[in-house]
Amino acid sequence: MYSAIVFLPLAGALIAGFFGRILGDKASGILTSLLLISAAVLSWIVFYRVGFHGEEARVAILPWIAVGDLQSSWSIRVDTLTAVMLVVVNTVSSVVHVYSIGYMSDDDMQPRFFAFLSLFTFAMLALVTADNFVQLFFGWEGVGLASYLLIGFWYHRPSANAAAIKAFIVNRVGDFGFALGIFAIVYIFRDVSFDTVFAAAREKQGIILDVFGYKVQALTLICLLLFMGAMGKSAQFLLHTWLPDAMEGPTPVSALIHAATMVTAGVFMVARLSPLFELSPVALTAVTIVGATTAFFAATVGVAQNDIKRVIAYSTCSQLGYMFAALGLRAYSAGMFHLFTHAFFKALLFLGAGSVIHALHGEQDLRKMGGLRKAAPITFAMMVIGTLALTGFPFTAGFYSKDMIIEATHASDAPAAHYAFVLLAIAAFLTSFYSWRLIFMAFFGTPRDHHAFEHAHESPFVMTGPLFVLALGALAAGYVFAPAFIHGDVAQFWRSSLAPVHEAGPAAEAPIWIQALPTIMMLAGFLIAYVSYIALPGIPAWTVRNFKPVNAFLVRKWYFDELYHVIFVMPYRWLSRMLWVYGDGAIIDGLGPDGVSARVLNVAKGAVRFQTGYVYQYAFVMLIGVVALVTYFAYPVLASYFAALLPHRGTV
Amino acid sequence: MPAASSTLEAATGIALQQYLTVAAILFTLGVFGIFLNRKNVIVILMSIELMLLAVNINLVAFSAYLNDITGQIFALLVLTVAAAEAAIGLAIIVIYYRNRGSIAVDDINSMKG
Repeated sequence: MYSAIVFLPLAGALIAGFFGRILGDKASGILTSLLLISAAVLSWIVFYRVGFHGEEARVAILPWIAVGDLQSSWSIRVDTLTAVMLVVVNTVSSVVHVYSIGYMSDDDMQPRFFAFLSLFTFAMLALVTADNFVQLFFGWEGVGLASYLLIGFWYHRPSANAAAIKAFIVNRVGDFGFALGIFAIVYIFRDVSFDTVFAAAREKQGIILDVFGYKVQALTLICLLLFMGAMGKSAQFLLHTWLPDAMEGPTPVSALIHAATMVTAGVFMVARLSPLFELSPVALTAVTIVGATTAFFAATVGVAQNDIKRVIAYSTCSQLGYMFAALGLRAYSAGMFHLFTHAFFKALLFLGAGSVIHALHGEQDLRKMGGLRKAAPITFAMMVIGTLALTGFPFTAGFYSKDMIIEATHASDAPAAHYAFVLLAIAAFLTSFYSWRLIFMAFFGTPRDHHAFEHAHESPFVMTGPLFVLALGALAAGYVFAPAFIHGDVAQFWRSSLAPVHEAGPAAEAPIWIQALPTIMMLAGFLIAYVSYIALPGIPAWTVRNFKPVNAFLVRKWYFDELYHVIFVMPYRWLSRMLWVYGDGAIIDGLGPDGVSARVLNVAKGAVRFQTGYVYQYAFVMLIGVVALVTYFAYPVLASYFAALLPHRGTV
Repeated sequence: MPAASSTLEAATGIALQQYLTVAAILFTLGVFGIFLNRKNVIVILMSIELMLLAVNINLVAFSAYLNDITGQIFALLVLTVAAAEAAIGLAIIVIYYRNRGSIAVDDINSMKG
């Protein structure tokens, strides 16, 4: 069963990829969707068994790499953490597959799309079921590849190609750290298996490494390097720039990869390696600071964006920051629970946005929307549910997980806890504001672009159906699963898959104003958005006019793209150009192929003068040649022959 | 060998060296005919014919000198080949003339590089 969960999507990907043309568009979509749905159903069964009945499993698949004393085999590890991720990945993925049948129905490359989606799902499953670092790295790179392929799915658009390359390269930066971290683990532990490393971690705590003259604690170094990979994959502050651009891909891709699953790989990885991070306070503090900063930063940027998908993308970035902040404060279960609930409502929001875009025939600019409430009532309802869950409306999914994180930041006495608390609280307010801003701009008021609005229509059932499934998750996931994940016997649920944290339940101790704070923030955000966009629509324009620099700062995303352009892209381009023109062009080509071919031409030009085309000249040359050859070869023979012959000449 | 040489000389009154000299002169004429000739492709064909004849004289002379009939049979074979070659060569020239309107050697240089 465990193998089936992992390999059914791979089978789907191979079939749709290689035989998609024979199967046809519809059949590829339906086949891959069915395989994914089977995997999802199996995942829920596994989740139930592992989470609530205490089963755990290791399934050995095959021995993989054996180099010296380094052994790495391929095996599926299923514990609670994996089971949670299996449920998230397969549920969202199957929903997205079904949704794509409708969303991509006009596309003429559907088999390829479904093959990539399934391939991505397989890679993600390989990541979450990894039993050692090498396997983790395989899945890690696999999802990176699938993400690249899917962002650039519409490869005839230059912007899509640029976004795909950007995502890939920014992820490479993170993966560089990740790979170095794994190397360091091999160096220190002489093994890559999770169990061995976790078991040996405590005794390796004292090891100090000398890195470029700095004395660094080995575990801290490893954790920071690995976290660098997580920052890349999860689009955290400084390595976040690829995520908003990744919205160039088809919307189902954004929902699956860039909201619900792949970007949570970093969170998963830190949670999986929590026994290591636990031993390094420095790394934990770094995780907290980066997470909280991202949560705040992305929320501020989300306020000023006008592309519906970019708003949600920054929202994703921000929520990932929440998760990391929680992990950094050792509230692993809260972070994972937010990952779990976030997957539902963020996928819901993205697919809802896809439905809006579908209704408006590709229009993504919020400023041109408006009044869609009546044209697409189901989409509207679903988006509102998603927004309620995201902003943490009481008893929806986000309410439990986000409040839990904010309470954890308050309760923690870790160095960066206060910093995280303040930023996350502000981010909660901003989240509510930009989410409701999106709803008000898209669905309320009057249509601002009548041309697009005239043909606006509700999406077909194959697209709205998946929304219902996710809406159910967004509404109920918190209420149903909060007891198991965070409130009840947490240690019994997670068991050894997360590092054990011995602390009293912070929820019980938090003062009432802390408990109410996220809800207050949410209401404040809602009210301000309502006032600005419904009651007094002049406010946004007035604000933009009077705070131009602030607005520009937010619209340009804190000038990160411009900054990176100057710091990294331009010098790199200059260097590449130099290497191209001088290194490659002048030296290698000049002395190599080009030089040789030019000399050949020179020689050939000389040789061509022999070819006059006159038969008698050829004949003459042949004669000379024959004479010369005969003379050369026959001279010794003839000389000895005549020398023998001559004395008898007189007698002839 | 002396006995053999005497049969040739006795029958004809001409020594082997004289045959060979005539053949060499003919062959040289043929060779020079090929590459000194600027006028006509037919002359080239004739020159080739001349060279073949020179070879035939050699063959026949040696055949008589060595009392070995093989040389004369081979000479007949060469004659046949020469006749066939002349036929083909002339046919080619006729076709060439029809196509190009000239068989002057100086005009035939379409192989120029």
